[in-house]
Amino acid sequence: MAHAYTPGLKVTEEIRVVKERILPLKGEVLVKQGDKVEPDTVVAQTHLPGPVEPVNVANLLGVPPEDVPECMIKKEGDKIHLGEVIAQTSSFFGMFKSECKSKTEGTIENISSITGQVLLRGTPIPVQVKAYLKGEVIEVHPREGVSVACIGSFVQGIFGIGGETHGPIKMLSPDHNTILDEKDITAECKGQIVIGGSLVTAAAMKKAISVGAVGIVVGGFDDRDLRDFLGKDLGVAITGNEDLGITLVVTEGFGQIAMAEKTFQLLKRHAGQMACINGATQIRAGVIRPEVVIPKDVAVVTAGNEAEILGLAIGSPVRVIRQPYFGRLGTVTSLPAPLQALESESHARVLEVEFEDKKRAIVPRANVEMIEEV
Amino acid sequence: MTEKKLDPNKINIIVATDCGSTTTKAILIENRGGEYRLMTRGEAPTTVEAPFEDVTMGVLNSVGEVEELSGRKLIDENGRIITPSNGNVGTDIYISTSSAGGGLQMMVAGVVRSMTAESAERAALGAGSIVMDVIASNDKRLPHEQIERIRRLRPDMILLSGGIDGGTTTHVVEIAELIAAADPRPRLGTGYKLPVIYAGNKDAAQAVKDTLDAKTDLSIVDNLRPVLERENLLPAREKIHDLFMEHVMAQAPGYRKLMEWADAPIMPTPGAVGAIIKRVSEMEGIEVVGVDIGGATTDVFSVFQGVFNRTVSANLGMSYSISNVFAEAGLPNVMRWVPFHMDERDLRNRVKNKMIRPTTIPQMMEELIFEQAIAKEALRLAFIQHKSFATVLKGVQQQRTIADAFDQTGSGSTLVNMMTLDMLIGSGGVLSHAPRRQQSALMLIDAFMPEGVTRLAVDSIFMMPQLGVLAEVHPKAATEVFNKDCLIHLGTCIAPVGEAKGGKGPVMDYTIEFPDGKVEKGTLEFGKMKLYKLGIDEKTNLPLEAKATFEPQRNFDVGAGKGAKLERKVSGGVVGIILDGRGRPYTIPTEDKLRVAKLKEWMLELDIYPHEAFERA
Repeated sequence: MAHAYTPGLKVTEEIRVVKERILPLKGEVLVKQGDKVEPDTVVAQTHLPGPVEPVNVANLLGVPPEDVPECMIKKEGDKIHLGEVIAQTSSFFGMFKSECKSKTEGTIENISSITGQVLLRGTPIPVQVKAYLKGEVIEVHPREGVSVACIGSFVQGIFGIGGETHGPIKMLSPDHNTILDEKDITAECKGQIVIGGSLVTAAAMKKAISVGAVGIVVGGFDDRDLRDFLGKDLGVAITGNEDLGITLVVTEGFGQIAMAEKTFQLLKRHAGQMACINGATQIRAGVIRPEVVIPKDVAVVTAGNEAEILGLAIGSPVRVIRQPYFGRLGTVTSLPAPLQALESESHARVLEVEFEDKKRAIVPRANVEMIEEV
Repeated sequence: MTEKKLDPNKINIIVATDCGSTTTKAILIENRGGEYRLMTRGEAPTTVEAPFEDVTMGVLNSVGEVEELSGRKLIDENGRIITPSNGNVGTDIYISTSSAGGGLQMMVAGVVRSMTAESAERAALGAGSIVMDVIASNDKRLPHEQIERIRRLRPDMILLSGGIDGGTTTHVVEIAELIAAADPRPRLGTGYKLPVIYAGNKDAAQAVKDTLDAKTDLSIVDNLRPVLERENLLPAREKIHDLFMEHVMAQAPGYRKLMEWADAPIMPTPGAVGAIIKRVSEMEGIEVVGVDIGGATTDVFSVFQGVFNRTVSANLGMSYSISNVFAEAGLPNVMRWVPFHMDERDLRNRVKNKMIRPTTIPQMMEELIFEQAIAKEALRLAFIQHKSFATVLKGVQQQRTIADAFDQTGSGSTLVNMMTLDMLIGSGGVLSHAPRRQQSALMLIDAFMPEGVTRLAVDSIFMMPQLGVLAEVHPKAATEVFNKDCLIHLGTCIAPVGEAKGGKGPVMDYTIEFPDGKVEKGTLEFGKMKLYKLGIDEKTNLPLEAKATFEPQRNFDVGAGKGAKLERKVSGGVVGIILDGRGRPYTIPTEDKLRVAKLKEWMLELDIYPHEAFERA
């Protein structure tokens, strides 16, 4: 492929972040364009249709299905209460009545004379959407939601678990290469997003949950610990709905891998500031990566500060994302055009990379990701 | 779409694309001296998602690469594919398949899970769809759970079946009511109703119409199970294809334009691959199993006793789904194919790292070996699913004679018979792009465990989808290109069925007379593998054939019965003739040292990996 390279994960000091905050169904937008919002501000709300409860009225009343409409006291669209009689039969001059009572609050959705079944719709379930970011409403999508934007620092992770949350950044590891261990977690971590180096141990995760930390951002995480936490082997990388009491953002990958120095330093510069994080990951078409956003108190500009994504070139800073040089950083020194044989005997497009220690290696282009400089 | 009347005699230049979920692949076929051959291929990233959101950009990029490589001008100044051809410009037809944007995703519903619902599932899979869920009256879920499920899944369309013609109508109408209550919305686009196909009891058609017509875009076709003993899947399959074009494709970004460009209806990719597998079976009169292992899914196709079946294992694949293969197969099952020891913690992390960075490729030999071990398990698991699905019709009462009394097979038994299988065809990156073709052969053998005499082949560059759609408009061209350029004959696997007492001893004597007059005679010992080179005829590009005689021991069967001699021709290929004396059922040694030693022995005999690869052992 002409442009076979993996765009890098974004790590940047200042960028315009825009998030669409959309309801699952049409509803009511509670804010207007230009409003300043906090992460917990409810920006839109709606009601999801309640659950449907089928009731076989024909069976319950002992009548043929075609007689069910006549037996109904309540008609389609009528409101019903729990325990209220919705259908009845009377026989023997009205003396022996059979009744059918509602098992739910809600409305009558459908009455069938073919199956004798009546569908009851439960009361609507309220749903609220929060702003997630500290920022400004830049666009209102009528009845659907809003777009919230902020200027802030941005770190894209590679994998995460847990949903949206926010809290102040607390640096726990002294450098990007240190393991975040149980002993590092104290009661002071409550409500905080804690930052580790190359790995967070399972014991540290458990302690962080017990003291009430809201998030962990770290270089690596062990798959065995992930399995223990989730209670199952994660088969398909679609996460974000776990209810673990904490959100985890892994910046580099599985195993012990030092957090990129640039990422670690960026987070360190903002220690004590409020960050908004989301562990949701989806590695399928329409990739979603976990993220850390650190909103700044500056006015939202209309145009983006996004860097132009350029292809691989000599001099491009890259990170190797597969063995044998997994996790190492370097600069592209050569991009030979012909396919080259690898140790695995596969033929692939390669590049030459010079690592920070000046040693050089040949790596398949598919096995590096660009480090985006913004 | 403009479906033109095409005169096959005037088609000399063909451009075909397959818009996959990650890459769009284009091929150029030309009639040279009365024979259709593949000229070149090109590929480019698929452009269905933001920021492009127009599939035709990826199509033009891939065709552009073909243009550069072939020197034939194919795209005009307005960014359109030039038709018809004139000299060194343009193509006579342009055709395409697509699985971009997740392909066709359906939900099927029927009354009895193992009967009408399963027939509906077969119809949907046969049409090239992914089946997201099967709703049935007896699927053990409560009605409100079924309604929630229908509402949440958002399929592209629903196929509703149930009841034989003239049977009871209540149950199928009940399911129609559940669908109506869920008020399902289509996955793509807004402003149109979800297509629902009703292919059930004809007596219930009016009641289903009354229930669903207002809320869905309902089509009614012939019952897909008119009587218990017979399926009639074609009308439902055809309707699925029509709706795929009218609704699903039309909603995907850029597809309206693509449909205008294409000279034949765009087919879902797996539907096109299925068509080509069926064609191979029909033309050669053989039983075939085909497999396409992708990054996210693995499709298995089979034709046994003239019956075509397809299954898709949605979460078995080599990149996005690699972690799921690992989770489903379990570490010991993956590791049994690796000829050295690897640390579990390290392994688990490597698998997950491949999952989160799915586009990476193995640079080191040990990583290739490990990925191929996982591929064997993905293929094995997908084939297990296929075997349990490709069955004779369930729920059919069978007349039995005394002779059948001891035969446990019957209603619902699998059609898959490895002993009668003639050909096993592999496709997909890990099989098509393995550095050594022997590796593809061994992956197919270890995963599918063919029995008796079975030919092995792989798709050279994964162009079966394009040839599948081409077969619809120009069967001759499709066949010629398939035989000459697509199918790489690997050779033949000869695997006697049986077990040796005490795990050793002779399995069979064999004599192979090669076309050059050379004769190989020998005895295959239990637990051994042997490779004889027998290649391809350079002039015809067809495999060379050898005359072989196999005389199995009395507890082994090579196809003619236990202990019975078999004389037949065997085909060669780029790998050759593989004698597999490991027995069937085949169990790999559990003791680590013995297992590693045996793997090394087999792999060295078949020249699977270089010697240095085993140094870790």
